[in-house]
Order: sequence, then C-alpha cells, then structure tokens
Amino acid sequence: MPATAKSLDTTKDRPRGKDQGAAARPPMSAEQEKLAFREMLLIRRFEEKAGQLYGMGLIGGFCHLYIGQEAVVVGMQMAIEEGDQVITAYRDHGHMLASGMDPKYVMAELTGRRSGYSKGKGGSMHMFSIEKNFYGGHGIVGAQVPLGTGIAFANRYRENNRVCLTYFGDGAANQGQVYESFNMAELWKLPVVYIIENNKYAMGTSIERSHAQRDLSKRGMSFGIPGEQVDGMDVRAVKAAGEKAVAFAREGKGPYILEMLTYRYRGHSMSDPAKYRTKDEVDKYRKEHDPIEMVRTRLIEEKRASEDEVKKIENEVKNIVNEAAEFASHEPEPDASELWTDVTR
Amino acid sequence: MEKGNLAKWVKNEGDPVKAGDVIAEIETDKATMEVEAVDEGTLGKILVPEGTQDVAVNTPIAIIFAEGEKAGDVAAAKPAAKPAPKQEAPAPAETPAAPVSVSAPAAAPAASDPEVPAGTEMVTMTVREALRDAMAEEMRRDPSVFVMGEEVAEYQGAYKVTQGLLQEFGAKRVIDTPITEHGFAGVGVGAAFAGLKPVVEFMTFNFSMQAIDQIVNSAGKTLYMSGGQVTAQIVFRGPNGPAARVAAQHSQDYSAWYSHIPGLKVIAPYTAADAKGLLKAAIRDPNPVIFLENEILYGKSFPVPKLEDWVLPIGKARIARAGKDVTLVAWSIGMNYALGAAEELAKEGIEAEVIDLRTLRPMDIETVVESAKKTNRCITIEEGWPQNGVGADIAAQIMERAFDWLDAPVTRVSGKDVPMPYAANLEKLALPSVPEVVEAAKAVLYR
Ligand SMILES: Cc1ncc(C[n+]2csc(CCOP(=O)(O)OP(=O)(O)O)c2C)c(N)n1
Ligand SMILES: [Mg+2]
Repeated sequence: MPATAKSLDTTKDRPRGKDQGAAARPPMSAEQEKLAFREMLLIRRFEEKAGQLYGMGLIGGFCHLYIGQEAVVVGMQMAIEEGDQVITAYRDHGHMLASGMDPKYVMAELTGRRSGYSKGKGGSMHMFSIEKNFYGGHGIVGAQVPLGTGIAFANRYRENNRVCLTYFGDGAANQGQVYESFNMAELWKLPVVYIIENNKYAMGTSIERSHAQRDLSKRGMSFGIPGEQVDGMDVRAVKAAGEKAVAFAREGKGPYILEMLTYRYRGHSMSDPAKYRTKDEVDKYRKEHDPIEMVRTRLIEEKRASEDEVKKIENEVKNIVNEAAEFASHEPEPDASELWTDVTR
Repeated sequence: MEKGNLAKWVKNEGDPVKAGDVIAEIETDKATMEVEAVDEGTLGKILVPEGTQDVAVNTPIAIIFAEGEKAGDVAAAKPAAKPAPKQEAPAPAETPAAPVSVSAPAAAPAASDPEVPAGTEMVTMTVREALRDAMAEEMRRDPSVFVMGEEVAEYQGAYKVTQGLLQEFGAKRVIDTPITEHGFAGVGVGAAFAGLKPVVEFMTFNFSMQAIDQIVNSAGKTLYMSGGQVTAQIVFRGPNGPAARVAAQHSQDYSAWYSHIPGLKVIAPYTAADAKGLLKAAIRDPNPVIFLENEILYGKSFPVPKLEDWVLPIGKARIARAGKDVTLVAWSIGMNYALGAAEELAKEGIEAEVIDLRTLRPMDIETVVESAKKTNRCITIEEGWPQNGVGADIAAQIMERAFDWLDAPVTRVSGKDVPMPYAANLEKLALPSVPEVVEAAKAVLYR
C-alpha cells in the first residue's frame, strides 16, 4: 500500500494551531468541545500543581510536564473506544488523566505515597492502570514502541477488536526498535496507531539537529505504513485524524502513523533551564496556539457555552486538582515491608 | 625444529630494506636458511646479535621502522623478522606453556601510582571538572580522540561533564548524536576499528543497555576473534548507579555487568584525582574501557595534583585508609559508605583498612588479599545487587587465596535484592548505608 503521507516542509516552523485554516477544521458538538476543554484544563492545572509540589520537594527525581501538548492526548482519547489501550513514555501524566485515572492517586504516586497507582514504587515515569487500559509510563526512550506493538499483537491474536495507541516523542523516533516494530506491525497488520508527539525537541536537541528525515509522518513509508501530519495544538484536528487512523487499524488494515505537531512549554524536566530555544518561540505558542485558550475562545465566541459555564468548569477542575494535591501531600509513605513485595510472583 | 643459531647478519642497523630482502642467516640442526624482511623500511634495531645460539622459533630478531618512525618508537614498532621459516608447526615459544588448571595466567601486576613530586601544588576540583580536564587534555594531545553522545556538545552535557569541549574542539570532535544508543555505540566501535579513539558518553549507563550488544559482542570480543588484528580503542563513559529518586529504570549499578566480560576493562573511580588520572589512562589504553562515573559524586571536590600529565595505572587499587582490624573494600560511591563507616568504627577503637578498588577489571585482588591476610576480615560494599555481584567475586577469591587467614566469613553489604523503588523511604532502605557497614564490621569482629 502506498504511503499517504502529506509532505509538509518540517524544516520550517510549520503552522501549529489557529493559523492553519482553523475554520475548515472538522467541527465538534458543543458537548464534545466542552468535554475537551475540561479534560485539557484538568491536565494543565494538574501539571502546574505537580510543578509546584516539585518545587516544594514533595516530588523528587525526574518530573516531565505535559503542559502545551494537552490537545494531543485529549483529542486521541476522544477518538477511541472503551477497551482500547494506551502506552507512552515518561511524559505521561496527561495520558493517565485522559485515560480516566484518578488524579488523587496519580498525584499520590508522584509524591511517592502508598496510595499511588504503583504504591509509591514507580513514581512519575512508571505508572500503570490495567483497569483503565493504561500500560505505562516507561522511562527508556523508545522502549514503549515495541511494547505497544506487542499489545496490538495480543489484540489481533485474541481478535478482540481493540486498538493500541502507542505514543512516542520526536527524539524517540530515532531509536532502532521503533523501525523493528514498524516492520512487524505492517507485516502482521497489527491494530496499532503510532502517535509521534513532535514537540520539536528531544531534551535540548532540536529536530533539525538530529533527524535526517524531518517529516516524521513519512518514517513508516518504506514499510508501507500510511502516515500524516496533524496540527496537534487543535483538539478538533487531532480527534478527526485519530478517528480515521483508529478505524483503519480496527478494520485490520494495519498500523497508522500520526505525527502530532505540538509544543511543550516547560523545560524537558524540572531541572532543564531550556536555553536551547528563545523565549519568543515559547511565547508565540502560548499566545497564538494554546490548545486550551483556542477552545475557550471558541466556546464563548460561538456562544456554545456561557462565561458562567466556563467558569464553573474551571472551578470544578481547580477543586479536583487541589484535592489531589492535598491528598497526595498527606498520605503516608509506603510501609517498609513494601520494599520486598512485587519483585516476583 | 624449535631453535637455531643466528649465524650472520646480512644487513646492518640503519640499512634500508624492502620486503623480501634477506637480512640474516640462521643455522638449525637441519639446514642453514635465510631470513627475509616482511616489511619495508629501515633496519632499525638488531635484537639478537650475530653468533647467538639457541634462538627460539618466533623470537623477534630485529625491528624494521616504517617510514617516519624512529628509534624512540621501538615499543610500538612491530617485530619485522622471525628467524626460522615455518616448515613445521613451530612451538609457540613466546606464549606460556599450556595452562595446567582452568584459571587464566595471572596478569602482570600493574605499576604503582606515579610519584607526586614534593612541593606539587594540589588544586581542589570537582570530579566533574577532573573528568572534563582529562578529556580536554587527551583531545589536545591526540587528534584522533573525539567525544560523542547525546547532548554532549551544544547542551554541554546532560550532567555538564563535557562543558566547554565544543567551544574548544569544535563540532567535528564533539558530536551530538540522536537518541540511538545501539547505533552510535556501534558507530563508535567501528570508528575505533578504523583507528580513531572515541569517547562515547552514555547520558547514563542505564541507556547503555540499549547498546550492550555492541559493547560486549563488538567492542569486547573482536580483538580475540580477529587473532589480535583488530583493536577497539574506545571509552564508554557516563554516570552509573542510582542517582536520587529516579526509580527502577534509571537506578542501576553496572559494575558487575561489565566486569563480567573478558575483553573489557572497567574503571570506577571515587576521587577527582583518580577520575582524572584514570580517564586519561583509559583514553590511551588500546582496549575498550567502560568508565563508570557517578552522578552524586560529580559535584564532590577533591585535591588533584597540578601536573603536566597526570596518568594513573589501570588495574591498581589504592589503600585509602590504613587499619589493622577489618578490611573494607569499595569503589566509586561505595567509598562514601566505607569511609563513613571507618570513621564511625574508629570512635569505638576499631581500625578499618579501606581499599578503593578504582579498577574492577582487571581487578587488583592482590592488594585485597594482602589486606585480608593482615586484618583477617573483609567486608565488600556496593550499590549493585548481591547475586553475582562484584562482592560475591571478591569473597570467592579471598576464600581461594586466603582461606586460612580468615577469622570470619567475608561479608557483603550491597543494594537490596529488589528494583529501585521511587518512594523516598523505600529508596533509602534499598541502598546500602553507613550503619549497615558498621554493623557488618562489628559482626565479623564478634563485637
Ligand atoms: C534509551 C534512553 N536514552 C536516553 C534517555 C534520556 N532521555 C530521556 S527523555 C530524552 C529526550 C526524549 O525526547 P522525545 O522523544 O522527543 O520526547 P519528549 O521528552 O520531547 O516528550 C532523553 C534523551 C532515556 N531515558 N532513554
Ligand atoms: Mg520531543
């Protein structure tokens, strides 16, 4: 099958967000748009709070915030069905919240407390909820790609009609195991959608300095995997592209690649001063392409929601996050005996 | 035929020779034969003078310098001519006799640390700075040395160890790679096969697991598999072992993993002086060297002698603190626990001898055994897991070599036998600690 990758020149600063013919975007219903707003805002506020708790020393180690990229995971989540699986790397808090995991227990894992999703043993980068079909939370760049492919393998084996969303970064897209996975996924027509969250940087390395083929949607071409670039700052575009790709995979046609053009506002992790990019670049995204602001503006301008309604959602989200932080700050640490549990079964 | 007499030199030192030129005549019990040069160049040095009797087969008899080489390069030049033609399978006169046991021939003892001349200025610097200086000095000295890894150039190193190198040496020699560990480790090994001297940084050694096949199978074994033809002069370096709160996938000690592999050398320094002297030695060593640093030690300061060229011998332990009651063996950050425990024990009148192994392969077991024979007790300390750990090997070797001197079993203090947990309290429990070392020392002293 020929690749259907659209070719955009990724060496330039491509349009992400509203200036890309936004009016032509596939519409969402008012309810969907409000839901997207709420889900994205929850991630934004949760991440801001996590950043604060990190500053207070309640969270330690590595903590990678998802701020700026919310439309990707929320739009994709709106494109899948109950029972479809999600797997990603260490920038994972957003994926967990979007999968319906409880913010209280996610935050408690971040603070290393016993009620966290991994009993405090995994931390920010390693968290799972089989109940919510969230398979982690992986700290090794690229490792989740074969894993997600394997989950899709099990789907096909069981003929359960499920699709696995396998997320990875632009940096991860250079790992060899990604291409080993692509080959098997296409060879065996596995129901997997590869979502490349291209936020332009892998730590301090821009895509221009590390990628020979910068149009990442074409990275599956030699295997015959179709791919496309998507404005990952616009939740409507993400959802529409997601629905198409997920349907393709579910119909047994094999894997699909979605390159999400997105941006992270914060440093790579809490310790990154992010000197490799200009403040102007960050400001431009925040001001002109913010995925949440765009939806808020639309809701109000198009009179899909009143100011009051929006305020209500904002307050609700704020309360959830405060409650989660409060909970996570006061839960006890794991019992010392937990050191020895769960090593083998 | 195993030996012969060197009857006559046909050429003299300084004479030009071409491959195939007869340079000497050899008499054996069967015949007189001519020895031809195998290389082109100048007959630089006659190693076996005319008239020498009973020269064993395969003994180098002269050195031929290739163009541009001179007498000072004798050690590096390859023996040019061997006395007898190989009509029969010659006895390998140069290699040791077939070993009678399965154990390998003992390695020659490593040289001691170079003397620091009296009056040498000591500069206080961090381990991070010492490592950077070591790389910079070697890069100035040898244009075939280059540094490669993730974020080593423009970002100045994820842990700032390569700070300033891009500015001084430029992008040709300080190279940012994509996140492709298996790929760039292999590229490094290939470049080393072709004669360059790469210093490959792993952002942390956790990510070297992506590349472990190239490290073990390509770097570690090719010299052997090629019968000594292909060398891989390469250093793999980066922070090893648990940092703080980074959980299971980012908190592993690879000391035991890599020191298991014949063909690799493994270095794990504690002080800045050792970090500098041993990294310089590692870059010069013709073998693949795994250089295990530690993130928590990067910021720790130590005195380093201000000398033109501070290079330390690989394979030599250092007695960091002398004592007579119990031997504590550690390396890298393990030294923090060992020295801390020695301090505590001293308060109770127990004199611990602390050995900093510095190199894990080849290991200076002699120094450890000598100390254990003196104190009759030994504790090993490591952050890695106990099973098949470095401590397990030290215990076995002491048992084999000093069993009769021991007054108590050799005891291991190690990381707990679990993946590293994230929670602060559990992480603390998972790591070794000073009180654990103190307790172990007292146990072997029956106190
Ligand atoms: C195998 C491996 N190599 C290196 C790292 C260190 N590391 C963590 S995140 C990262 C950058 C990844 O960038 P990208 O895939 O673009 O994801 P993003 O952080 O932008 O979400 C690196 C190099 C790692 N965790 N695993
Ligand atoms: Mg990225």
